[in-house]
Amino acid sequence: MITVSYAIFFPFIVAALIPILYKRLSKLHIGWIVMTVPALLFIYLARYIPHITNGKTVTNTVYWIPSYDLNLTTHLDGLSLIFGLIITGIGTLVVLYSIYYLSKEESLKHFYIYLLLFMGGMLGVVFVDHMMLFYLFWEVTSISSFLLIAFWYQRKGSRYGAKKALLITISGGLAMLIGFLMIHASTGTFSIREVIVNVGIFREHQLFIPAMIMILLGAFTKSAQFPFHIWLPSAMEAPTPISAYLHSATMVKAGIYLVARFSPIFGGDLVWFWLVSGIGLLTLLWGAFCAIRQTDLKALLAYSTVSQLGLIMSLFGVGSISFNQELISAALYTQAIFAGLFHLINHSTFKGALFMVVGIVDYQLGTRDIRRLGGLMSFMPISFTVALIGSFSMAGLPPFNGFLSKEMFFTAMLKISELDLFSLDTWGILFPVIAWIASVFTFVYSLIIVIKTFLGEQSESLDKPTHEAPKGMLVAPVILALFVVGIFFFPNIVGDYLIYPAMLSIFSSVFAGEHLTHTISAWHGFNTELFMTIGIVILGTVIFLLLRYFKYVYKLFPEKWSFDALFHHGLEGLERISNKITSFYMTGNLKHYLSYIYLSIVIFIGGNLVYRGAFTFNFTDDANIHLFSWFLVAVIIVAAVMLIFVKKRLPAILLNGFIGYSVSMFYVLFRAPDLALTQIVVETASTALFLLCFYFLSEWKQDKKAFPFSIKNLIISVSVGVTVVLVALSVKSEKLFETISTYYENALELAGSRNIVNTILGDFRAFDTMLEVVVLCIAGLGVYSLVKIRKRKGAENLED
Amino acid sequence: MKINEVILQSIAKLVVFIILTLALYLFFSGHNAPGGGFIAGLVLASAIILLFLAFDMETVLKGIPLDFKMIAALGVFLAVSTGVGSILFDVPFLTHTIVAYDLPLLGMIELSTVTLFEAGVALTVVGVVITIILTISEDV
Repeated sequence: MITVSYAIFFPFIVAALIPILYKRLSKLHIGWIVMTVPALLFIYLARYIPHITNGKTVTNTVYWIPSYDLNLTTHLDGLSLIFGLIITGIGTLVVLYSIYYLSKEESLKHFYIYLLLFMGGMLGVVFVDHMMLFYLFWEVTSISSFLLIAFWYQRKGSRYGAKKALLITISGGLAMLIGFLMIHASTGTFSIREVIVNVGIFREHQLFIPAMIMILLGAFTKSAQFPFHIWLPSAMEAPTPISAYLHSATMVKAGIYLVARFSPIFGGDLVWFWLVSGIGLLTLLWGAFCAIRQTDLKALLAYSTVSQLGLIMSLFGVGSISFNQELISAALYTQAIFAGLFHLINHSTFKGALFMVVGIVDYQLGTRDIRRLGGLMSFMPISFTVALIGSFSMAGLPPFNGFLSKEMFFTAMLKISELDLFSLDTWGILFPVIAWIASVFTFVYSLIIVIKTFLGEQSESLDKPTHEAPKGMLVAPVILALFVVGIFFFPNIVGDYLIYPAMLSIFSSVFAGEHLTHTISAWHGFNTELFMTIGIVILGTVIFLLLRYFKYVYKLFPEKWSFDALFHHGLEGLERISNKITSFYMTGNLKHYLSYIYLSIVIFIGGNLVYRGAFTFNFTDDANIHLFSWFLVAVIIVAAVMLIFVKKRLPAILLNGFIGYSVSMFYVLFRAPDLALTQIVVETASTALFLLCFYFLSEWKQDKKAFPFSIKNLIISVSVGVTVVLVALSVKSEKLFETISTYYENALELAGSRNIVNTILGDFRAFDTMLEVVVLCIAGLGVYSLVKIRKRKGAENLED
Repeated sequence: MKINEVILQSIAKLVVFIILTLALYLFFSGHNAPGGGFIAGLVLASAIILLFLAFDMETVLKGIPLDFKMIAALGVFLAVSTGVGSILFDVPFLTHTIVAYDLPLLGMIELSTVTLFEAGVALTVVGVVITIILTISEDV
């Protein structure tokens, strides 16, 4: 039986096979194979819709490391199903689109591996229940997004954008991790569902607010909320399919998912309400305002995504009030979250379509600058139609799905302004006002996309002849556009089968089903919402016509003081300072590094022992020392002392080896054949390696001083020796706890092997061994690439 | 002065097989007696190092035309996949299984997934040691 847990790993497995398939099927565009992955997963998830609609959920556990309480528990409910369907559905269309967008000369292997990694990570984020695994998959999406933004790594902008996105989202991710640890510290569990069950206790805990803020930081950075939105426009350097997929439909919505998932825990709290809805509204306004001034179509779409994400976020903030236990009419506000989920689906359809059209324009004409575009309607009628549908839906006009969710958004904002809780009686009026102003801006930039690109005069400065895109490229945006129209006419199918179960999964702890269904309808009569929309159209058209004058408003916000500049200078300053600090101690001299290591051993271990007075010496139980041991000790001491006075490297290496072999004799004496064997073989291999490196080392410089070594080194070495001896003696003399070796004595029964050492390595502590093997391999590859890459100095210089 | 390597080479030809046999012995004896994947891998690597010392690199690599980086990667893959494999049988990660058969002539034979894991360790060790040595010496 294929379970959801395995479905998460399906993309990862295919990603691992891509290099092989790529080589074998060099004639085929590898995208066709990749496309089957999201398509199959979409069908697989869609089969669950009837089951989930009935209010049931599917939980499945794969035991990973039960002893650390790390199990891969997947939980398929309405909320994760919506996201799962968006990830796989839009994913299928994006891959289809990318097949035509990226030619076979590009390094497709990398592109699709990163894409599949992202897909697996994103599915993991929405399906897992364990917070640590959630964090793991969350960062997988950050890293694959980094790799995808930098897909054209030859460009400086791509590298910069990738780095910026990574720095911001990973810092947010770390904050979120801290938040999870705080939750664990106060509730004792990493399972999100268990925390929801015990939320009453958690609310009383002093870490409730800090944990909330930390988790919100993660959500806000990921979903590009103000003031962290700056990474999203820079991320537009990615290939357009990626912008459509990661940076508008899926990854940036992970933050929203996080907020939705944790709403049952934090919802109803004052801080949560103001932060989520306030930041959301601010982002909505600022993103829409900035979008108007953009001249690059993709940057415009990026800011519009920022703004739309803010809209959804604010709806989740407003809806969170329905978790407030003291509020009698709380159930009224579930409508906001319903609207948020609805707009989330709508946004994925119309924004995906718009990005794809912009990609087509870019692909056909080689530019996305709206100052150079114009009059494309007659050449690209299909693209024009899709752009029109997408933009008008974004602007909130009928008959497109954006109109429905925009109206519901207004309803929610109007309703919240009437509430007299959380000092909303004074500030509440701002909600509908900001929402309305931002929607006017949204209308303006939606017009800009359509009119400046497709209407008007065709610019002379274009080099390429204009004609419609290849048919295959148009399939995906047209399908999305059909959804945009289709959802308008049949919104309640989406509402009943997708959003209602998602509402159930968010609110199951508070409300019964009847408060959670909301019928979506296009016509409510002449109410405030409709007049707001009419006002938007009128004022928006006026601003659009006076756009030349409106742009003077932007002069009020100088470039120098933008968040972008702040980030840039902050980063540069940080790099400068850390460079200074690092070059202070990283001298490149091995002797210095060794002395740091030894000094810290003496200070931290020896110092700790002195501080705690932990030295104890107890020789009563000691066995008699054999004559042969005395002899061995004498030999080792002589060899060690000789090592100091040796003048040449070769004898020094040999003496070092000699000491190593002598130590292995001790293991023989003390009946530890495994250790002795290992020591001898390691010594052999490392002496050979030493001899090899010997070739590269310069002549051993002799100090001409009378005293053959420096006092400083003498002190360090003697103190290290003394510390180690003291530690060894103290460890031997005191037994602070029961020895664990008795556990391993019945290795034969536990693991079926008579060699205890190997049983520990291969079975009891196999996890350690496995990771050591991985580290070893990475170290080997590290040596290889360090040496080899240095040799290829003639390679292209990527630093500008 | 030209260094005469005849003695070293003829001894190496003989000794290498003894070392390789020892490596094999250590690998399989590791289950119940001293030995195991790590040591076996190191012994195997030292056999190859001996060949490198006695003959030149080109000759040895002509005889053993392997990409040792791939061997290291294969080892890691083997070790990790024995861990993942146990998940497919619905038991926790890295759970090992052992079965014993009583075969004619050979006597009691124990088959264990630990052996696969240890093989991964051994391959990684061989791959990494030889890769490092080859890389550094090719840099000459």
